[in-house]
Amino acid sequence: MNNQAIREPALVRWTLTILALAFLALFLALPLMAVLVEAFAKGWNAYLRALSTDVTLSSIRLTLIVAAISVPLNIAFGLSASWAIAKFDFGGKSLLISLIELPFSVSPVISGLIYVLLFGLQGLLGPWLVENDLRVIFAVPGIVLATIFVTFPFVARELIPLMEEQGREEEEAALTLGASGLRTFWLVTLPNVRWGLFYGVLLCNARAMGEFGAVSVVSGHIRGLTNTMPLHVEILYNEYDFVGAFAVASLLALLALVTLAAKTALEWWHRDELVATGH
Amino acid sequence: MIEVDAVSKHFGDFMALDRVSLSIGQGKLVALLGPSGSGKTTLLRILAGLEQPDLGRIRLGGVDATGLGARDRRIGFVFQHYALFRHMNIAANIAFGLKVRKGPQRLNSAMIDEKVNTLLDLVQLGGLAGRYPSQLSGGQRQRVALARALAVEPRLLLLDEPFGALDAQVRKDLRRWLRRLHDEMGLTGVFVTHDQEEALEVADEVVVMNKGRIEQIGTPSEIYDSPATPFVYRFLGNVNAVACNVSGGNARIEGLHVAGGTVDGRGTAFIRPHDVELLELSPDLPQATVRLVTVLGPLVRAEVVLPDGTALESELTRDQKDRLDLRRGQEVSIFLRKAKVFVGDGA
Repeated sequence: MNNQAIREPALVRWTLTILALAFLALFLALPLMAVLVEAFAKGWNAYLRALSTDVTLSSIRLTLIVAAISVPLNIAFGLSASWAIAKFDFGGKSLLISLIELPFSVSPVISGLIYVLLFGLQGLLGPWLVENDLRVIFAVPGIVLATIFVTFPFVARELIPLMEEQGREEEEAALTLGASGLRTFWLVTLPNVRWGLFYGVLLCNARAMGEFGAVSVVSGHIRGLTNTMPLHVEILYNEYDFVGAFAVASLLALLALVTLAAKTALEWWHRDELVATGH
Repeated sequence: MIEVDAVSKHFGDFMALDRVSLSIGQGKLVALLGPSGSGKTTLLRILAGLEQPDLGRIRLGGVDATGLGARDRRIGFVFQHYALFRHMNIAANIAFGLKVRKGPQRLNSAMIDEKVNTLLDLVQLGGLAGRYPSQLSGGQRQRVALARALAVEPRLLLLDEPFGALDAQVRKDLRRWLRRLHDEMGLTGVFVTHDQEEALEVADEVVVMNKGRIEQIGTPSEIYDSPATPFVYRFLGNVNAVACNVSGGNARIEGLHVAGGTVDGRGTAFIRPHDVELLELSPDLPQATVRLVTVLGPLVRAEVVLPDGTALESELTRDQKDRLDLRRGQEVSIFLRKAKVFVGDGA
């Protein structure tokens, strides 16, 4: 920091700082403020009332259920995919890596649509599902599937570069010391990536709860049954229930803030270890 | 006794090992010496069970272990970059092998602690038990890696370029220390190196490898004094390789006669620089012109040119140089103390 050569004149430094702050204020702080202002426009009681209607509570419940199913599944998938990619050589590895990236490059609406095409009445598996009295589209399973699809890159993408950088020597060392594959995973591989895994899970969870496009296509918007929080926000807003819409939106915003705070807090608490282990 | 029997291994089109056979006696410290890509690390990994050979067998103490996995071989492996568990402190690293052990051989935690302490003392890291690997120097990490491998009392200790990542002084100290440790503990060990000095200084036996094959196996002095192939000659130390004609058991190099060579025809004579003696000009001996004199501390390296233009490198002491008053352009007589002739161009 004391390096004279990389010091800029005060004017440049201030201009850059103010520019960055103004940008953040305009695009992040202001909308967030607007959400809160609108949510509390009619006072604290109206806010609580808006949150405690049956349909709102059921949308919160559904969102939590969807996240509770899709996040653990994505942890399992992300861990096994990145473990396989980083520690073993096999055919089709680069194909697998590109496939993992796919949900990022596909519009969420398309992600939802493929499930309609697969499981819908006219879909590939539709007739079979009807015969067996199974509902996927316009029901909770469809929402879970679409959410898993859009969120599955988060954990894997966080872990693959980390595991590749760490190489496989520590695992080999554990093996020569007599550890089984499973113990090596628990004692060596997993602890080495736990921070990356944690970030991945946070991002994955935030997206799972906030996903709109893909879920919107498969949900069918049945009130009290298949509306997640983001979908519910839209419905309330379209019905001119601004307090209700922004109250639910404030919960989603809160989720984002808590996620950020948790990440920062963990980084701060474990800063020594993060330095020691080279993260 | 560890036996490698006609082991081959290839990666894609690359032949890493080509029917390599080797046996390692109990208590020996063996160096696998060769340039990069010669297959030495692959052989080490196959011994450890981290790699499976395509063909051939591995026998440990007379028992076939080819199909045995790395975790069941009881072979310690010290990785080139140590591969310490970065999220565990030094004591936990060393205790790892003892803690994952199952069944009746598992020690209780007091015994594990005691053993870890003994090992920490052995590798002279007594006060650092609570540190993390990233807080240690390269030499210290190396010793932790060694202690961790020794903790499980391996029947064979393998070390991959054990001194490769260290700076020159630490390297010298550590290799002498390793040799002493080996003698005290009576271990059987194999280490990989591309540094001939390291191999000659530390090992009981040197295995010179090139392009997936073994060129020569022998004690350090056998390897250095009587290299079996041109490759070994070139790889161990400096050597003059001079084209010559062989006839009737004699090789002729412009004015010089060297005994050796079994097949008449073209050959290559290998002469170590310290076997090229420079003398006062004398009519009985062939002549050469000094082209370059370089003083390297206690040693002097001189380049001389024979009348036909063949250049030879000579190594002499400071003393000899002063007595001859050696300088550029000077005419001297030369005498070859020792040379070895191989058929062909010696490649």
